Amino acid sequence: MKVLSIALNTFRENLRDKLLYNLLVFALLMIGSSLLLMRLTLGEFHRLLLDVGLGSINIFGVLIAIFVGIGLVNKEIEKKTIYTIVSKPVARYQFLVGKYLGLTITLFVNTLIMAGGLLLVLVAQEVPIDGMLFKALGLIFIEFMVITAVALLCSTFTSATLSAIFTLAAYVIGHLTADLKTFGAKMGEGGQMLLNGLYYVLPNLERFNLKGHVIHHLEVSGSDLLLIVAYGLIYVTFLLVSASIIFQRRDFR
Amino acid sequence: MPSSDVVVQIDQLSKVFRVGFWGKRVTAVDQLSLSVRQGEVFGFLGPNGAGKTTTIKMLMGLIYPTSGRASILGHPIGDPASKAKLGFLPESPYFYDYLTSHEFLNFYGHLFGLWGASLDTRVDELLELVGMTHARDLQLRKFSKGMLQRVGIAQALINDPELVVLDEPMSGLDPVGRKEVRDLIFRLKESGKTVMFSSHILHDAELLCDRVAMIMKGKLVACGQVSDLIERGATHEVEMVVDRLSPEGLAQLRLLASKVVLQGERVMVVLASQQSVDEALDVIRAAKAKLVSLTPHKASLEDLFIREVRGGQPAAEVHV
Ligand SMILES: Nc1ncnc2c1ncn2[C@@H]1O[C@H](COP(=O)(O)OP(=O)(O)O)[C@@H](O)[C@H]1O
Ligand SMILES: [Mg+2]
Repeated sequence: MKVLSIALNTFRENLRDKLLYNLLVFALLMIGSSLLLMRLTLGEFHRLLLDVGLGSINIFGVLIAIFVGIGLVNKEIEKKTIYTIVSKPVARYQFLVGKYLGLTITLFVNTLIMAGGLLLVLVAQEVPIDGMLFKALGLIFIEFMVITAVALLCSTFTSATLSAIFTLAAYVIGHLTADLKTFGAKMGEGGQMLLNGLYYVLPNLERFNLKGHVIHHLEVSGSDLLLIVAYGLIYVTFLLVSASIIFQRRDFR
Repeated sequence: MPSSDVVVQIDQLSKVFRVGFWGKRVTAVDQLSLSVRQGEVFGFLGPNGAGKTTTIKMLMGLIYPTSGRASILGHPIGDPASKAKLGFLPESPYFYDYLTSHEFLNFYGHLFGLWGASLDTRVDELLELVGMTHARDLQLRKFSKGMLQRVGIAQALINDPELVVLDEPMSGLDPVGRKEVRDLIFRLKESGKTVMFSSHILHDAELLCDRVAMIMKGKLVACGQVSDLIERGATHEVEMVVDRLSPEGLAQLRLLASKVVLQGERVMVVLASQQSVDEALDVIRAAKAKLVSLTPHKASLEDLFIREVRGGQPAAEVHV
């Protein structure tokens, strides 16, 4: 219950935050205008619409996850609002999980809005819509959850700026993890160990990418989908537990 | 000697901060021991930078002690059982400024597991108590410092706590605001709550407190009942102002006085103790000078405070 009230309060905070609206409006404008511009390339029209549409939703969601996520905890410590929360019968991990869930709710609503925008364009352009599109959107949302948890973890031990850089790096490398192993194989022993380490520690974000499936009308089995979702949620749990352990030891000064 | 009527027990508490690139050690609180008893108003005094906020933050579980320990209401600090019966107002508080005072207090009520109609009435009562009913639906970002302090006090009372800890509750307020906070603290005491508050303004403490502790550079320098500490700090000085004093009279007074100030015809003399007042009066009469005024210096906590600041040496603790 306490976690839920903190989550709802965080959601309310986000709703009253101008930054978020700016990002969201910007995202919708970008998605809309780039899709309209592409009317020229007739042959590959549908394919591009889906590709760019899903791609922009992904990028903008991640940006929101990072920029709101890094401030979630830091801002509370800087503004000392955390003093009156932690002195109440609320465990630190409850605070952390509450903040995380709050931003997750925000991201969920954002994803719905952006997906709504995409669907409008698709319908207007008479692109056939199948179930795979919704599965892809669902996994994009799971990816947001992972990125938010990374941002939250970083912000429990470092500044907002460094958190943003780390999280962005995790996002980029997370989409290249498959290459890490291949790349590592070509390097010396030290480099190989480092890259292998990164491969196992960083989330493999490409797993959440079903764009190709949507565009080429491929199928994903239900059990595979379940496995991917489970992977995301376990990863999030791992990140939140680590964040809680660090947060528990911290002095708020 | 922890007993059941001790609400806050602090034993040998220390906090060392590491600051700057080289991790220089700053001892903010140094082996502090004291206790706050059930039902009293306890003043935690000291100049800026003495370590008051650091101590309170340790008690609230916001920072961890480097060594030593403390307990609140019989539980070690940070224990949820004690937090449930605790109210806390931080120094120059900031709150979620996108919330209205009503939303804010409701949210904090939820954190104590309070919901529904009983919470609604509680919130309205508290807004009434701190005189903020008119600002019920105003966002905190539009609040003045004094208004923030008031909702800050309201949030500290949302759970009807047994112990209320206030960090500099009167700083930054105008005289009317300070008086209101004082009245509020009195009312809390009357309703049986224990209040611990910090201040660097001794006058407030003198009016309010049953007992006070004075700290300096993180160390306890005095602790006890206000009246006893005033007695300790008292100088018993007497100030006399005399007109038309002859040079011989002046020479004789100089022998008795700790300080003499000449202002033309007028002489101001400070006597170190009341014992020399009679002698001085004899001198004045003999010299046929005119006594303008005779003022015993009223002792206050300020005297002890200033003496401790100047002396810099921690005094032995007075146990009362
Ligand atoms: N976060 C911090 N980091 C480093 N030093 C600190 C910190 N907070 C307080 N201090 C130092 O600890 C001492 C006590 O500060 P504080 O507890 O705020 O005093 P007070 O509340 O009595 O004015 C000061 O010397 C201050 O500089
Ligand atoms: Mg202070």
